[in-house]
Amino acid sequence: MDIDLMLKVYPFFLEAAGLTILLSILTAILGLFCGILGVAARLSRFAFIRFLGAAYVSVFRGTPALIQLFILYFGGPQIGIQLDAFEAGVIGLGINAGAYMTETIRGAIISIDKGQREAARTLGLSSWQAMYKIILPQAARLMVRPLGVNLNMLIKATALVAAISVIELTYTAQRYIGSTYKPFEMFLLAGVLYMIIIYVVGRGVAWLDRKVQIT
Amino acid sequence: MTDKQDFVDIRHAQKSYGNLEVLKDISLKVKRGQIVAIIGPSGSGKSTLLRAINDLDPLTKGEIWLDGVQVNKKLPHRQYEKHINEMRQQIGMVFQHFNLFPHMTARDNVAMAPKMLKGLSKEEADKLAEEQLDKVGMLERIDYYPSQLSGGQKQRVAIARALAMHPKLMLFDEATSALDPELVDEVNQVMKKLAEEDMTMIIVTHEMDFAASVCDRVLFMDQGVVVEEGPPEVLFKNPTKARTREFLGKHLGANK
Ligand SMILES: Nc1ncnc2c1ncn2[C@@H]1O[C@H](COP(=O)(O)OP(=O)(O)O)[C@@H](O)[C@H]1O
Ligand SMILES: [Mg+2]
Repeated sequence: MDIDLMLKVYPFFLEAAGLTILLSILTAILGLFCGILGVAARLSRFAFIRFLGAAYVSVFRGTPALIQLFILYFGGPQIGIQLDAFEAGVIGLGINAGAYMTETIRGAIISIDKGQREAARTLGLSSWQAMYKIILPQAARLMVRPLGVNLNMLIKATALVAAISVIELTYTAQRYIGSTYKPFEMFLLAGVLYMIIIYVVGRGVAWLDRKVQIT
Repeated sequence: MTDKQDFVDIRHAQKSYGNLEVLKDISLKVKRGQIVAIIGPSGSGKSTLLRAINDLDPLTKGEIWLDGVQVNKKLPHRQYEKHINEMRQQIGMVFQHFNLFPHMTARDNVAMAPKMLKGLSKEEADKLAEEQLDKVGMLERIDYYPSQLSGGQKQRVAIARALAMHPKLMLFDEATSALDPELVDEVNQVMKKLAEEDMTMIIVTHEMDFAASVCDRVLFMDQGVVVEEGPPEVLFKNPTKARTREFLGKHLGANK
């Protein structure tokens, strides 16, 4: 193993890891936003909107994220959507993550005993008041861990955008392999950095989970 | 403004789930301050009838009136939501499984709705919660969470929560059925106290002794119909229908 080489290139990998983190953060924010919209649609009182929500989830969970990215980035211009690789990466992965988060959030909401909603409605709370005052505070506690799993998957999925040439960790590793012919070292370096990111995020999620359980 | 006779007026209530007819043309009038008990075997439609009164389970047909206003009147969705939320504020409901909000203290369970729906300030709502919790003997536990309370204590908090909205009518759906026998009495005492204050109440119960001691009238329901009704001393001592006698035979015996 060529440790010297690894020490020499790792600053560039760190920089790339920064982009992976930025990509993850933006994707997570967009994903959460799409997830909330998705849940609102899935729980709508209008059948057609519920159908749209269900269709969103099925389509984006039912096809490879890589194909979704390719359609957006390579196919987009054909239908008038011009995005640079980074934008396409964030938007593609964010919409994809949103489909998973929709199901996570919905799962937490529907697992709250229906007596809670009934008690709230019986007091005269509107459907929306019952949701944000009674259901969501309880569901939020149940969501932290599974959303943490979504986040973990999402961080790893950012590696896919290497395929559309965003210079994040995986792409950086591939680039250095091209010049050094040392795939073991380069992928190992990338792998270690992914692991560090995911470990830190995992600890953060565990901390948040403990915090919401106590209060 | 309304006839005292029909403070609560249920007219030809009918409810079906698909082919299953759960309520078959039930009519019931309750005067202001009256207490009506509904008894009957499991699955006879008692909960469905009670839950139709505040439209938690909407009727298929029929009308529910409270104090001269139709609860389940036909309105466009938005208007109906506004209307029903106003009606529900006037109808307190107590559930078998309490349904307290586990993420709120006893105080917040009681104070939440008045604060949110009646525009009370935090101080006013807290004071109201203290009064209501005091009334049900739960003032010492005001800052406890539901998980820290016994079943009987939870149910008393749930009653205080309903009372804090100053309802015109209280509905109890087997309020003591989920409780250990030794905890039943503390809840019954609270209900008795309400009875003495002339609260109008409709009580679904399996406790014949309690029904006999607080109610003005008892309804015996079976298979979606009111088989027989009358004052407790008549219905319990001299029921006229065979089905009533059979049911009471089992339950009065079992209670002893
Ligand atoms: N949501 C529902 N869907 C279908 N059937 C129901 C539903 N709720 C209640 N039922 C049926 O209605 C009947 C009456 O139920 P219920 O009012 O709960 O009876 P009770 O309270 O007297 O035990 C039962 O046969 C029950 O199975
Ligand atoms: Mg019942």
